[in-house]
Amino acid sequence: MLEYLQILGNEIYKILFVLIPILVSVAMIVWLDRRVWGLVQKRRGPNVVGPFGLLQTIADALKYIFKEIIIPASANKTVFILAPIVTMTLALVAWAVIPMSEDLILSDINVGILYLFAVSSLGVYGIIMGGWASNSKYPFLGAIRSAAQMVSYEVSIGIIIINVLLCVGSLNLKDIVLAQQNLWFVIPLFPMFVIFFISALAETNRPPFDLPEAEAELVSGYQTEYSGMMYAMFWLGEYANILLMCAMGSILFLGGWLPIIDLYPINLIPAPLWMVLKILFLFFLFALVKAIVPRYRYDQLMRLGWKIFLPFSLFYVVLTASFLFYFEKLPKGNF
Amino acid sequence: MLAHSIFFYFFSVIAIFSSLMVITSRSTVNSVFFLILDFISVGCLFIMVGAEFLGMIILIVYVGAVAVLFLFVVMMLNVAEQKQSWFIGRQTSHIPSGLIVSILILLELLVVVGGWKYKDNLMSSSTLSLSNIPNTHQLGLVMYTEHILYFQLAGMILLLSMIGAILLTFRQRTGVKKQSYIKQISREPSSAVEIKEVEFNKGVKIDE
Repeated sequence: MLEYLQILGNEIYKILFVLIPILVSVAMIVWLDRRVWGLVQKRRGPNVVGPFGLLQTIADALKYIFKEIIIPASANKTVFILAPIVTMTLALVAWAVIPMSEDLILSDINVGILYLFAVSSLGVYGIIMGGWASNSKYPFLGAIRSAAQMVSYEVSIGIIIINVLLCVGSLNLKDIVLAQQNLWFVIPLFPMFVIFFISALAETNRPPFDLPEAEAELVSGYQTEYSGMMYAMFWLGEYANILLMCAMGSILFLGGWLPIIDLYPINLIPAPLWMVLKILFLFFLFALVKAIVPRYRYDQLMRLGWKIFLPFSLFYVVLTASFLFYFEKLPKGNF
Repeated sequence: MLAHSIFFYFFSVIAIFSSLMVITSRSTVNSVFFLILDFISVGCLFIMVGAEFLGMIILIVYVGAVAVLFLFVVMMLNVAEQKQSWFIGRQTSHIPSGLIVSILILLELLVVVGGWKYKDNLMSSSTLSLSNIPNTHQLGLVMYTEHILYFQLAGMILLLSMIGAILLTFRQRTGVKKQSYIKQISREPSSAVEIKEVEFNKGVKIDE
């Protein structure tokens, strides 16, 4: 029995070692997002609380914690409370399989990429539950929109993942990174990287695809009835999801923890730092897109997903497979 | 093994409880939520017996896509009243057909499980070599080589049913204004805006 408790304690320690940095970096990333957004618009952005305004998010979070949680009288209470919890949990749970370096990984499972895909496809439930349980028109419309949007773009993300898997021959995230030692997949699969980036924007409901919370039409979408800490949890879950998508992009296309070139001064930088740098780079692009691109119309969004991305990525699967088959480069698997 | 059995009972109790709640809960949306919980716990059970690919596919396909559509249908259509009438009303006409279906399923399960018990070498007679290869690789090795015909057939059936569903719901509407994206994108200031010198007291004609 003591042995089990020891193992349990050890595991909890490891889990906290992953969770706390993520929560802190989510806070920092919100600051970075607002800062980039401000700088693009020739404003300063948050710069008052703490050095460079770094503590702005923590101040915001404190404000949310001390606010009253209001539950609408006609809402379905259980589902209403569950929705932000589901969003937050699913956003954090996916980090279990993200490898920060060759041995800095919480659980190294065989089907890591499928796990990531499954968890990110479950993320839609938090939004549907929140929108439905609020028992109000705008949240429901927002929830329906975002569910349709996320389901549509998942399809193209799945096919993009197939493209990468064809070149790797394994579903293990570590193998995917190690297969890029000679050449990052962003070079041979560049069109797929672009489509992945755009689909990730749509999957995380970021501008220009932030239709679920289009404030001009739907007040604030599925979050309209939420207040206080519950709203903050939606918000944190959203940013954790964005970070997760950035991590996924850097593992699939930018070579994870691998340095740009394996030469003396560059490979002194430790592996986890490379991973963090790549995630930050992708997030910087996310923030820039938010500031630059105007919002899509709903029919344009659906057309882009189903009529352009899906056929194109399917075509690219055929192309990649035929290329690998013709030049006999298909991965054989290690057994 | 202790931890393993604790997790097994945890997931199976949740699976059984939630499948009972699917048919007994009054609210249809709650039923669907319990159905999702059921799918998730069954997926976890699959992962526990080592079929991690199957478990993940259940999560992705059933929970991530099929159950979302269920939720849509249940939220948009008002099926709540129909379900209420099952509990309160005296509509017993559904019970015989339900009984027949459930008895058939029970018989099928008995045949499958019984056959397994009766014929010990059923597992060893399969072409799969059970070794240390992870089961995703194993599936990949036989799916597109030995069983390619069945695989393609299943895909064809799915495609046909999809086309059928689209055909059933398709209706050609007339008099609908459609947006032409190419026209919208290729608009330029020179063709969109025109500056005219207007003479005093004459006015301009638009759209001549």
